[in-house]
Amino acid sequence: MESIGDLLGGFAVVLSWQNLFYMVVGIVLGVIIGVLPGLGGANGVAILLPLTFSMPPTSAIILLSCIYWGALFGGAITSILFNIPGEPWSVATTFDGHPMAQKGQAGEALTAAFTSSFVGALFAVIVITLAAPLVASFALQFGPAEKFSVFFLAFCCFVGMGKEPPAKTIAAMMLGFALAAVGTDTVTGQLRLTFGSTELLGGFDFLIAVIGLFGIGEILLTMEEGLSFKGKAAGINSAVVLQTWKKLPRYWMTSLRSCVIGCWMGITPAGATPASFMSYGIAKRASRKGDDFGKGDIEGVIAPETAAHAAGTSALLPMLSLGVPGSPTAAVLLGGLLIWGLQPGPLLFVEQKDFVWGLIASMYLGNIVGLVIVLTMVPVFAAILRVPFGIIAPIILVICAIGAYTVHNNTFDVVMMFVFGIAGYFFKKCNYPLAPLVLAIVLGDKAEESFRQSLLISQGSLGIFWSNGLVGSIMALGVVALFWPAVSNLLGRFSRPALR
Amino acid sequence: MSGQSTEPRPTGPRQRQVEAGVAVFVMVLGGITIFGSLKVGIGWAAEGPQSGFFPFWVGLAIVAASAVNLVRAFAQPARTLFAEWGQIRQVLKIVWPMALYVAAVPWLGIYVPSFLLTAGFMRWLGRFGWPLTLAISLGLQVVVYMTFERWFLVPLPKGPLEDMLGL
Repeated sequence: MESIGDLLGGFAVVLSWQNLFYMVVGIVLGVIIGVLPGLGGANGVAILLPLTFSMPPTSAIILLSCIYWGALFGGAITSILFNIPGEPWSVATTFDGHPMAQKGQAGEALTAAFTSSFVGALFAVIVITLAAPLVASFALQFGPAEKFSVFFLAFCCFVGMGKEPPAKTIAAMMLGFALAAVGTDTVTGQLRLTFGSTELLGGFDFLIAVIGLFGIGEILLTMEEGLSFKGKAAGINSAVVLQTWKKLPRYWMTSLRSCVIGCWMGITPAGATPASFMSYGIAKRASRKGDDFGKGDIEGVIAPETAAHAAGTSALLPMLSLGVPGSPTAAVLLGGLLIWGLQPGPLLFVEQKDFVWGLIASMYLGNIVGLVIVLTMVPVFAAILRVPFGIIAPIILVICAIGAYTVHNNTFDVVMMFVFGIAGYFFKKCNYPLAPLVLAIVLGDKAEESFRQSLLISQGSLGIFWSNGLVGSIMALGVVALFWPAVSNLLGRFSRPALR
Repeated sequence: MSGQSTEPRPTGPRQRQVEAGVAVFVMVLGGITIFGSLKVGIGWAAEGPQSGFFPFWVGLAIVAASAVNLVRAFAQPARTLFAEWGQIRQVLKIVWPMALYVAAVPWLGIYVPSFLLTAGFMRWLGRFGWPLTLAISLGLQVVVYMTFERWFLVPLPKGPLEDMLGL
């Protein structure tokens, strides 16, 4: 298969001392970021993105994606030791992870979590290796209408399958589009929605929005509980690791099932969070020891972690091959690629083979390196969280401010970051989903461009979106996703009697 | 009244009021979007849909969705609190300093406000002693300077103090 040859070429690109160095740095930074509140995956990548502008794109994306890995691993540490989910998808890990730590089995829980993450991510990377080129070559045939229909599908998935009320998801998403529309219209070059302000000439940058919404917003939320973190101490020694590894193969079915759930949900832009919850719920129902879940059962850690990492990784598949990110962090990475002048989508596989396969190869290596690093450095990372919040909080705020500034060397952006932060606090408390907002800001211009080009071709008729089998079926899938709650209700009524 | 609990029940702003407020705020943003779109034209021109076409419908969707959210805000149970006043106070403890901080950055650069923010936090919120406070606050600025200005070669905003020091 051509893919294997390309993949080996990718490894050749990655295996330079410089790139390996960036990999290690990225993972360590990523775990630290994942462990600290307010600096989670999307935000951390957003802050560090401008710093990588001076690096060659391949090294930069390796650094950033390893930060992403690290953050995925880091979220598990805080969930298990401190009952604080570092990332939204680590919430399900707290259900059994923290009770295990309280029973003194922290080392086991951590080993199980890290190993499951590794397995889930590996599975997803293999899927990406095999599927991405296929999807990309398929997508080369896409015209503007087909491109728009893919965006449409993505956004419908958020509305229909998210856990927030649809009206709030729509409001958040449309707000993102509106924010994306501010500034220069990419098609006609006209200024719009700037109301004469020079600051808004460039529009709203998604990086500032991410740092504010996810970073500052989360710190504000964390502050509600005051300035204390109390957590369980933990050490991992090799005996515990080996013991746990001996136990894990017993749960291969759970693992496999979680991988599939994770990959599926990661590819459809619903993301890692529902994947982890869904996997936990299904594992609980399928397991003989279902009632033990919640009290510290190792299977309750394996299921969500595998799924979350499989999903987080497979979110990169649509990002690379279609240019549609499946998660906020993938959206930030997409934004980064655009800034470097790389166009994610089918052409990336044709024109930038070295880069794409280098990235995919780095995912394999990064995963392995990541597992080794986290297993050996848990006490260090846990110690970081014992630094009093009174010291950590201002440091995080300063880092966020610097991150916001370095995007455009504009101090106004720091103010905007703060405004987004306040908005993020209120939105999160009122249950407005932030992921579709961020995705809309990142993709708004592209989605609008495809939409307008389609209308131009069809001379104003919306029928173009149903004009051929391909675009029509994607749009139909979108409509199904949009009305999914109603559909699944109907299906539920037919298949089994109500059990409560 | 009989059956008084010994602990006072927590009070705070009600969830439904805050949700209604957020919905109204978003609706206003939608309205601004519609207004701005009308200014640049929402019809059809020679080059296809005008600039305002897409944002107009987006704005309309925002207003419609927010109207739904506004109505549903009142479906919340009346008693649910958005947050307790105590929690709000904690959040404000970070909001005021941050507001002053971001306002100061354009005038004073990043280093001086960051120093003040860190020192202020550690001293008044963390209640640390002066030696540790000054050490970490100053240390942080030095680390930031070294990392960003020397290593990454990314210039950070500076203010009058740095000009005086010739940095």
